[in-house]
Order: sequence, then C-alpha cells, then structure tokens
Amino acid sequence: MHWFAKQRYLIDYTVAAMLRRRAKNVGLLAVYTTIVFLLASVMLYSNALKQEASVLLKEAPELVVQRMVAGRHDLIPADYLEPLRGIRGVRRLEGRLWGYFYDSTVNANYTFMVPPERDIDPGSIVIGDAIARARGSETGDVLAFRGAGETLYPFRVAEVLPHESAIVAADLVLLSEADFRGFFGIPPGKFTDITLTVANPKEVRTVAEKVVSALPDTRPILREEMQRTYASLFDWREGMVLVLLAGALLAFAILAWEKASGLSADERREIGILKAVGWGTGDVLKMKLWEGGLLSMLAFLLGFTLAYWHVFGTSAALLAPALKGWAVLYPNFELTPAVDGLQLTSLFVITVFPYTASTLVPVWRAAVTHPDVVMR
Amino acid sequence: MLFQPAIIALLLADGLSLLLLVPAGLFAIRILRRWDLQSGSAQQIRLEEHTYLVTTGLALVFIAQILTLLLFVFTTDHLAVQFVGAMCAVGTLNANAWGFSALLLRMGLFLLAGTWLVMNYIDSRAYDYPLIRVKYALVLLIVPLALAAAGAQLAFFTGLDADVITSCCGSLFSAGEPAVTADLAGLPPLPAMGTFYTVLGLTILAGAWYALRGRGALLFAGLSAIAFPVSIAAVIAFISLYVYEHPHHHCPFCLLKSEYGYLGYGLYLPLFTATTLAVGLGITSAFAKAASVRAVLAGVAPRLAWTATLLFTLFMLQAIWFTWRSNLILLGE
Amino acid sequence: MSAIELYAVRKAFNEGRPNEFLAVDGVDLEIEPGRITVLTGPSGSGKTTLLTLIGCLARPTEGRVHLGGESVSGLPERFLTELRRRTFGFVFQQFNLIRGLSVLENVMLPAYPLGPHYSTLHGRAMELLTHLRLGHRAEARVEWLSGGEAQRAAIARALINDPSVVIADEPTANLDSHLSAAFLDIVAELRSQGRTVLLTSHDPLITGAGVVDRVVAMRDGRVV
Repeated sequence: MHWFAKQRYLIDYTVAAMLRRRAKNVGLLAVYTTIVFLLASVMLYSNALKQEASVLLKEAPELVVQRMVAGRHDLIPADYLEPLRGIRGVRRLEGRLWGYFYDSTVNANYTFMVPPERDIDPGSIVIGDAIARARGSETGDVLAFRGAGETLYPFRVAEVLPHESAIVAADLVLLSEADFRGFFGIPPGKFTDITLTVANPKEVRTVAEKVVSALPDTRPILREEMQRTYASLFDWREGMVLVLLAGALLAFAILAWEKASGLSADERREIGILKAVGWGTGDVLKMKLWEGGLLSMLAFLLGFTLAYWHVFGTSAALLAPALKGWAVLYPNFELTPAVDGLQLTSLFVITVFPYTASTLVPVWRAAVTHPDVVMR
Repeated sequence: MLFQPAIIALLLADGLSLLLLVPAGLFAIRILRRWDLQSGSAQQIRLEEHTYLVTTGLALVFIAQILTLLLFVFTTDHLAVQFVGAMCAVGTLNANAWGFSALLLRMGLFLLAGTWLVMNYIDSRAYDYPLIRVKYALVLLIVPLALAAAGAQLAFFTGLDADVITSCCGSLFSAGEPAVTADLAGLPPLPAMGTFYTVLGLTILAGAWYALRGRGALLFAGLSAIAFPVSIAAVIAFISLYVYEHPHHHCPFCLLKSEYGYLGYGLYLPLFTATTLAVGLGITSAFAKAASVRAVLAGVAPRLAWTATLLFTLFMLQAIWFTWRSNLILLGE
Repeated sequence: MSAIELYAVRKAFNEGRPNEFLAVDGVDLEIEPGRITVLTGPSGSGKTTLLTLIGCLARPTEGRVHLGGESVSGLPERFLTELRRRTFGFVFQQFNLIRGLSVLENVMLPAYPLGPHYSTLHGRAMELLTHLRLGHRAEARVEWLSGGEAQRAAIARALINDPSVVIADEPTANLDSHLSAAFLDIVAELRSQGRTVLLTSHDPLITGAGVVDRVVAMRDGRVV
C-alpha cells in the first residue's frame, strides 16, 4: 500500500524535523500538556464528585416530607405519620431527627443526626473523620458542644467514621435520640422531617400529590429533584471553572498560531527545498498536519494521564478547594476512578480542535512556499 | 442555560467551524467570479493556493461534525436526568422547540460536508479542476446550513430550563400521539418491514450495478437518499423493538446506550457513511461532463460504490440479525 | 524522450505593483533531448528564472512551455509537481541539502511522496551513492561533507526518481577547477545514459567544455 508507506515516510520526516527543533517543540508540548492537564483535572474531578453524590442519593429515601410554616421549614409533629401511612404505595415511613450545628472553635458546620438503623448509647457520639481531624480527637476522647440554653454538652467519642466513606459522612455527628432532643431543645413528638420509601418509582409523583392533599401544610421533596439539583450544581461549577480556563485556552491558541507561523528562515528554506525536489503543496501540508497531530496526541495522552493521577492518586490536591464546596471541612477521601466517553470526547474537542484550527492557516502558509525560493 | 463541559465543547466546535467556514464562503464567491485556469497570473496562482486551505479547513470541519454529532446525542442523553419526564436523549431534545431542529440540521451538515469531500476527492484527481465551480457553489450552500445549525444549537442550549416537564421516547414514539414520529412508530410492522427491505435491497442492487457497470450513479444516489430516511423510520418502527424486546419502546437513541451494547453505533455509522458516499458519487457524476473527470470517476467510483453498497448491506444484515435473534415476536400467528 | 519547447514565455514578478519587472521577456527556445545545453549570461539576465520555468518550479505569466509536445503551462500546481518529480532532477547552486539529516535520507527525500517500498528505495539510493563514490558517507550528516561530496550527494538526490532531464544551477560556483572537471565527467556520463542536461553557468570552464553541445546566451531576459 503506497498510501500507508507514504504516511510513514511523512511521519518519519516530521518526527526527525521536530527533534531537530527540540527547544521550540518541547516548549509548545509543555504548554499544551498543561492545558490538557488542567481541563482534564476539572472534568475528571467534578465527574467523580457527581458519581459520589449519586451513589449516596441512591440509598436516600424516595420522598422527604417537610412541614412548612409561613414558607419556612418547621418541625413536623409525629401525628402527621398517621395520615401518611394510609397512602397506597408507601412501603415504609420514618420520622428523622437531624440538624446543622455551627462550631465556632473551628469555624465549621457539622451535621448532627440520629441514625435510624443504629443505636448509640446516650452520652456518646460517632463523628466523621473531618471533625476528628479538625478537633484533634480520637475514640475515647470527650468533645463538648454548646447546645440549647447555652449549656455545654460533653460527649464521649465512641467511634470515628472510616475515612473512605463518602463526602457527606465527613462532617457527621451521630448521637442518640434523647441526646439530640436535649441538645437542640426539640420536644418529644416532633421530628425534623419524615421520609417515605415508595415501592414503585413510577408512583412517586402520585404519592407526592396525595401527601400534599392529605397534609396541605407540608412540602414533599423528591429524590429525583435532589439528584437534579446536585447534578446541575456540580455541572455548573465545572462549567464555571472551564470558562475561567477559557482564557488559558485562548492564550494557548495564540501561542500555537504564533509558534506555527513563526517559521524560521531555516524552516522556510527547508520547505522550499522539499517542494523543489518534488514534494507537492499537499505533501507538505500533510507532513505539517502530522506534526500537529502527533504533538496533539502526545500532549493529550500526557496531560490526561497526569490529570488522572492528580485526581485519583492525589485526590485533586490542586483543585479541591475550588470545586468541592462551601464546607470548611474538606473530606479527605479517595475518589473512585470514573472516566466516560462523553468526557473524553468533550476534552478532545475542547483542546485538540482549537489547536488544529489555529495552526491551520500558518501551516498552509508554510506549505504554499514557492519552490523557486531556493533558486533565488 | 446549562453549563456543562460537553455543551461548552459543542458551542466551541461550532464557533471554530464557522470561523473556518465563513472565510471559505467568501473565498468561494471569489472562485466563482475569478477562476481562470488558463491564466498564469499571480492572482490565479493565489486562488489555487487557497484551495488547499479551504479543502483542509472543510476536512477539519467534517471531522469535527462527526465528533460533535456523537457528542450532541451523548450530551442530550446525559442531560436527561435534569428534566422531569426525560429518560433519554428524546426527552432532552423535546425540552424546547430547538432540539430536534438542531439535530436534523447537524445531520444535514454532516451529509453535505461529506458529499463535498467525496466531490473534492474526485476533482483533485483530475488535472483541470473540472468540478471547481460546483464544489464552491456547494460551499455556499454549506455555510448557511452551518450557521443555521450553530444557531439552532445555541438556541437549544440557552433555552434549556431544567424545570421543564418534557415528554420522553415513551410518549414521542408511541402510536397514538399526534406527531410524525408517532406515525412512524405506529406503522404496522409488516408493511414497514416490506418497504424497508425493498428499498434497501434495491439500493444495494443499484450500488452493485453502478460499481460493476459504471452506470446508474443517479439512480443509486436517489435510492440512497430515500433509503436513509426509510432506514431511520425502520429503526423507529421495528428494529428498535426487536433490540429492546419490548413492543412499545421505539426510541432510536436508546440504542446508543451501554444497556444495549452500543448497538446504535454499528447501525448508524455505516448508514451515514454509505449515504454520504452514494449521494456524493451521484452529485459528482451528474456534474462530471469533462473527459478528465470521467476518466477519474471510472477509476475511483467502483471502489467508493462498493464501499457504500457493503455498508448498506451491513446495515440490512444487522436488521435481519436483530429480528432473528430477538425474543420478541411482532409478526405471525 | 521529451523535447522541451518554449513559446513567447514571459515571467513577471510583483505583478501590478510599482516594482513590477519582467525577469524573462519573450523567450522562444527548443532544448533537444539527450544533449547538454548551457544557459549563460551575466547575473540578472534571467537564466535562473528561465530554469525555474523549464523545470516546472514556477508557471510563466504568459506564453507556453511544452514538454514532449504537451503544454504544461496551464496545469494546476499538483500536476506540475507530479510532472516535476517524474521528469526533472535538480542540483542547486547551494546544493540545498537538508541539515540534520544523513546523506542517505537526503537522497531518498524526493521519493517520499510516492511511497515506494523502503527496501527498494534504500537499495536504489545506496546504488547511486556507491556509484558516485559516496557509499561510505551514507550515514554521515550532510553538514560534515566537503564541497565536492555535498555536490555528489545533491546529484544522487536529483537522480533518485530516475528523471529524464537533469537541471543544475551554477554547478561549479563553489568548486575548484579539479572538482569542476570531476563534475563535467559526471555530466558526460548522464548524457551517455540518455538524459538531457541543462546547466546555467558563466564559468568558462563549463561554457567552453568539450562535452557541452550547445550554449545559449541571455541578457535582460532575452536570448541573444
């Protein structure tokens, strides 16, 4: 096959030419790789976070019912459970007790919660590993928080939640129901909200409608809606970071243009020689496109591999502060590697296409060098 | 407006494509007015040099179209979680009026750019640029189409509002809904299959005839142009049913998902490529008056025609295979 | 064997600008195949430009160039390239070897766009180099070559696609008389292989050489 042989010769030639002008190409490769690395890191990282959130939500109840008073979320009385029990399709329902707590000693928000499926001895707590780190406590230590009525409540740390569990567990404080009611001053017979497990996912909407008609002062929140909110939140942040990086992308395109058009007299002469000895404009063009293509492939592979290592190996040390969230306590956990075709294709379009487009005109200009320049 | 890397990639790709295409359009006007091969003037030499730039630019735009067409379907599918009632790409595309127009324009752009490349491939093998005017007239057709596709896509993405309740493939491709798509889904399987196999069979015969005898290019192109929508209709009417093994799931996009082993790519890529090749060959041979281009055509057309014919055959064989392998029975008894 | 004929050929530079000038101004010329022809004249007489027009490196602004009876003036660039590759071999005044590549790679370069088998190409290049007494320098980088060696490498490169016409621009400008004589021997051999040789030179050693069949004198873009 002449075609393949020809492409091989062109590649051979262009690789040799790139190696001869190492300084110029290494610089460009470094910038190109950095761009791919930055964009790929943002994408891989936010995708991993999304993944994490969706795994979490998968275990969440289909429906949460809150009581609203004058548009504000209020505690829900336990006797609201009764009318809900009668709705067809509801498999299980449960009153939950949970709330946010601001710890002024470390300026961070914790989530206090009474776990539904585990009993915790009064006077003791189970804490997330971020809190353990922030407060420097271990199992067996005593932590005191200022609760309702400005009273100091001392708790014994019974357990620190394992490190690898997801993002949301990091700022968690689990305690017994009695302690919770005492600490937040919530009278018996009231809950923070009520969760409903619905057997058939197609009936969730119908169930939600029935909840509103049975208890007009409540608001049902669907798990589906939470998923949507999470997804768009992470997408939005990722998008913002990418737009911020657009400036870098533009600078890169300009650099690519400049590098490609900055043909040295030496290079121009070389192309003139090639054309004089029998290469056509198309041949030179193909050779130059191979140059760009090889550079792109190399930069893409290098940048992506580095980003993969950065996100999943170092837990995105450089990006975490920008993307993770408001909480001061950054959970320090290993992300589950996740790469999909959509990300790869997007990344490819965002990086390689601008590079190729911006080198097109300079490359063409080089290719149409007149062969008779070498005779002048 | 939703901020998503894939959406940013799509908008960026469109912007860059237009940046390449609009100057190409202006250049096309210059070619149509000033082209004179007999002249050795500096202007003519410059025009010839510029044809290399435009050709490379259009090839780049075409490659970008392949990627963005996939990315577009991927993205709309991925966005489905954000819309109430959407389960796949169809739901997202229906979230506002621009979704399906953007998709159709994008497909049109893909076919036209491909046709241009086929024509260019043949033209550049003849020594006297026999198709230059037709080629650049076609560029003048591609540019507004690309503008429209970019505009529709921008309108679609900026108009996306995550609270919209949309209808998904269940309702869009179910019989009984007042829509063209529903009519397609409502086609009785037997006539749908009959039409599909007849049209595709005739197309394959015409392709083989053209490849062997070098005649009937227009017939082949015309049949291919009919076979393309008929095949898509067939996917909606019965092929998808056999794949999903569900008598009411008609969606042509769900085929692209991992749940169904990415079967859609194996169906759509051959179909799109074959149609592009066949239509490109037909249009080229319709304008091939000069002896030079006739000679070139005689040399390269059989290979291209065979490729297109084989790809159509591949599509048809897959349809037969899915039907045969499926547990679903639509006909008989 | 293709004859080269020129009819009323003109070549203008900087067309339409105030500094427009005619480098070649109405040349009619026939170059017989299988012969050695020398274009001579002072610098600026248009002989090198004429060489680029004959060798299909550039297209004439007006007039026609015929090759083997067919007009090549109206051909698009890519067919001109194909023709150039098949018909002409060039030896430039500065030799124009590409630095950083080996002698062998430089010699093989003109054949790359044709995509020949590597072993065939390599064999042919080595044969040419050996014949020109450069076989032992094949792997050397071209910047290490002496003037005479560089010219022989350039000749090997010109011959790699087996052209019927060899064109050399001021071939002896950078050589001493001993090497110039050696060059003339090679030229004589090229003719004996049936090739047409076209040279430009104002070196009396060339214009007066016995092997030269014809000397065409030029001045101000015209044949005199």
